Amino acid sequence: MQYQAPDSFDAAVTLLNAEQGMARVLAGGTDVLVQLRAGTVEPDLIVDIKRIPGVHDITAEDGGWRIGAAVSGVELNAHADLCADWPGVAEAHDLIGSTQVQGRATLTGNLCTASPAADSVPAMVAAGATARVQGSNGTRDVAVEAVGTGPFKVSLAQGEVITSIFLPARGANGGDAYLRFIPRTEMDIAVVGAAVSLTLDGDKVASARVSLGAVAPTVLLVEGAANAIIGTSLDDAAMDKLAATASAACNPISDKRGTVEFRTKIAGVLAKRAAKIAYDRAKG
Amino acid sequence: MAFDEAKKDFNLIGTRPARPDGIDKVTGRAQFGADKAAPGQLHAAILRSPHAHARIKSIDTSAAEKAKGVKGIVTRADFATGLKGEMWNKLENVMAGEKALYDGHAIAAVAATSALAAKDALKLIKVDFEVLDHVTNVDESMKDGAPVIREGAAGPSTPEGMHPNVVGFYSSGHGDVDAGFADADLVIEDTFTTEATHQGYIEPHACLAQMGKDGKGEVWCCTQGHFNVAKVCGHLLGTEASQIRVTASEIGGGFGGKTEVFIEPVALALAKKTNRPVKLVMSRSEVFRASGPTASASMDIKIGMKKDGTMTAGRGVFRLQGGAFPGAPGTFTAMCAFAPYALENVSQEAYDVMTNRPKQAAYRAPGSPMAAFAVESVVDELCNQLGLDPIEVRLKNASREGSKASFGINWPRIGLVECLEAAKAHPHYSTAIPENGGRGVSCGFWFNHGGETAVSLALAEDGTVSLSVGTPDIGGSRASMCMMAAEELGIKYDDIRTTIADTATLGYNEISHGSRVTYASGLATIEAARDTIKKLCKRAAAKWGIDEDAVYWEDGFAKPSGPNAGEFEPMSLAKIASKMGATGGPIVGHYEATPEGAGVSFAVHIVDAEVDKETGSTSVGRYTVIQDAGKAIHPSYVEGQFQGGAAQGIGWALNEEYIYGEDGRLQNAGFLDYRIPVASDLPMIDTVIVEVPNPGHPYGVRGVGETSICPPLAAIANAVSNAAGVRMKSLPMSPPRILKALDEA
Repeated sequence: MQYQAPDSFDAAVTLLNAEQGMARVLAGGTDVLVQLRAGTVEPDLIVDIKRIPGVHDITAEDGGWRIGAAVSGVELNAHADLCADWPGVAEAHDLIGSTQVQGRATLTGNLCTASPAADSVPAMVAAGATARVQGSNGTRDVAVEAVGTGPFKVSLAQGEVITSIFLPARGANGGDAYLRFIPRTEMDIAVVGAAVSLTLDGDKVASARVSLGAVAPTVLLVEGAANAIIGTSLDDAAMDKLAATASAACNPISDKRGTVEFRTKIAGVLAKRAAKIAYDRAKG
Repeated sequence: MAFDEAKKDFNLIGTRPARPDGIDKVTGRAQFGADKAAPGQLHAAILRSPHAHARIKSIDTSAAEKAKGVKGIVTRADFATGLKGEMWNKLENVMAGEKALYDGHAIAAVAATSALAAKDALKLIKVDFEVLDHVTNVDESMKDGAPVIREGAAGPSTPEGMHPNVVGFYSSGHGDVDAGFADADLVIEDTFTTEATHQGYIEPHACLAQMGKDGKGEVWCCTQGHFNVAKVCGHLLGTEASQIRVTASEIGGGFGGKTEVFIEPVALALAKKTNRPVKLVMSRSEVFRASGPTASASMDIKIGMKKDGTMTAGRGVFRLQGGAFPGAPGTFTAMCAFAPYALENVSQEAYDVMTNRPKQAAYRAPGSPMAAFAVESVVDELCNQLGLDPIEVRLKNASREGSKASFGINWPRIGLVECLEAAKAHPHYSTAIPENGGRGVSCGFWFNHGGETAVSLALAEDGTVSLSVGTPDIGGSRASMCMMAAEELGIKYDDIRTTIADTATLGYNEISHGSRVTYASGLATIEAARDTIKKLCKRAAAKWGIDEDAVYWEDGFAKPSGPNAGEFEPMSLAKIASKMGATGGPIVGHYEATPEGAGVSFAVHIVDAEVDKETGSTSVGRYTVIQDAGKAIHPSYVEGQFQGGAAQGIGWALNEEYIYGEDGRLQNAGFLDYRIPVASDLPMIDTVIVEVPNPGHPYGVRGVGETSICPPLAAIANAVSNAAGVRMKSLPMSPPRILKALDEA
């Protein structure tokens, strides 16, 4: 096994392109190192991107925020302005692991692991976040929901790495929220996750995005669920429709963490609860 | 042995001094199982079966033997042959013979120059398995056509015509239960299940072993019973127990699970083969797959009650699976089930059933918590349907001194009524039940145990004391031992150091199990101190030139017993000790016995729980433990045992379970998906110590470590059922199960 810590993404891309065997990109390492220890992967090459200039930075851009690929949960949650704009994203990321893990875990890593149960991903999808991808053919921006293609599978080509995440401008009268269901109160993996981001025009929802985690092979962006609440003030009928459309979008598995029936029902419950929080936040 | 006049006036007993091992533990100086190293040591790793049930056709270790760093490999062929009964079962579990009997069963082990080299070498061992049909569920395993784990394993108690997987049977009772049910105004009959749970100790099994070609060995390990480790290793290695000296390390939790022997014989066999010290440490996944969880249970309960709350009859049938070996604690389950109630008509029977799972190990009051869950759920339902107060009903039917126990004895002095009265009077019971919440009450019972015990107490010239006990300290017992010795000798707590002596230093000591340590080692410590006092008085008598009967001991001094004995300045322990070399030699008190007066213990738990009916999520709000400790030596550690039992019970009741896939493999062999409660899941657990002295101990001590886990499953199930408005009959009450029950209601 070879370990490399290049000082630029160009160099990282070159290393990854040259590798014939299995390569893993190391940011916080909270997934990769666990997999190594458990013996589930034995990569031939590990490319540590933490020494690349800029990867620890959060910078204002076009009214939104660009978040470097190695920004940890602690760094993200210490950024008061970003947290004020996107509390749902910040809280979602903060739910991951223990305090120690928060010192390492990154949004980019959470996205690239491509677990359907990743906590930060539904929040980023609801927020309309994009990932900046660099490869041998240059740089492109990809919607976060287009990165994961199945459990632990991504749409990135050989040699491509995500260099940063972009959260767009929050705009006026907006709010977001993420809730997950776990059987305990912390230190667990989402059985279901639900994120809602919305903006208001007076008391009515003007725009919304609803995203669900752990209920399908990938994190879902559920347009029907968003449409259920757009134009409403989250009255009971709208909430019931939100829950029904969220549940209808689910395509989960039964496993040691939950059954199909349970996940399907909880997706609707959490979507409603997250929508209510997002709405209250948008109200200010 | 009865101590009719239990000591009542104490100087130290009942106070809360700092534990002697506390500083070592908070500074990291304490040495646990994996902390020991020896020059030239090798590291070992164990190859484990990926199949739930498979015939081992061949094992080819040739490629692994040639791998870099590998110094030795052992298989079953490297252990003793010709073993029978219990020791054969232990060997079969430590290293598989003809068949792998469960996912995780040890097949071979490698010793190499590094842990990584040993692990890598495992991949080179080729095992030719013939995969067999498997069964992991207790009810399935009893059915006709279920795969047979092993022919001929059934014990003599097993009824004719049962499936070969049924290996033990117990029944007891008295009266006429059918007449009792006919006499009742309401009879409720139902079936309950619990899943296997693991003790969840934080420290994985770990040991360091040496053994020469001469068969003399040394083991350092974390265990609840190092004398038992020496005995078992002696049998499994084909040598004598006295040739294997075992030292118990500090222990990071056991809860019964470290009463078994898993890796020490393997490390010794590898050490013998390589002539090097061998270190073997289980991973967490190995702990889950291959050490002992508790049994899982399937139980039928029927209870009759009159409108006034009088219980007229009770019947229980208990089916417990204990993995691929005999030994599920069904007998205890049956005996504990109705123990809190003085029933005129009662009958209970239990089946010990084998499945393709790891061999169950003791887990705090083995068998009792699930019995209480089933019985106390039905009692709660009867109270609900008859509109009766659950504590009043329990008081009305409570076992008390002289009443006939469900399993046949006449109760001696017991403290159940006192616990129930304390529960009734506790502010918790009179506060309003929270909105969306429910309250649950349950009794619980455990026998407690005495067991073989040897203690030695040696004086130093400076008047301090070295106390050697043979029971590993799994709950603060060194503090309690220091307190009891200091109380007797009349010296300071800090002047006594208690050590867990190795197996070469003391006579045989049974395992730290059965809540026996404070009782039995405590009794032996008191008696050893009294033996020491006799010797001290004799030295004083010789010095004064008077009869030794004319000297007595008080508050740390030898004193002449009265004016007739003569007028002498009292002599302190330190003064006598300072001259002991010249007055007859070292002064050592000791005591060896198998005390049989362990007092039983009852507890009552009160729980408030809330259920989120949209998600099935439960939160435990308020929790109160009331338990009879006989006499609390160190109340903080008694309270700690009360709280710990409740905390583990909350996990068992709500989320913990062994989950097996269709392939018979354990799916959640890690703390991520085997969900023990985290700190934020638990409320503050309030405690009330009831003290009804045990006449079998000089201070009245009853064991407290196990009874505390008997009521929680039932108390929480009653609280959750009352909150949800639907009776929960299967544990764990995980959110999907609760939501399903709500949907079906």
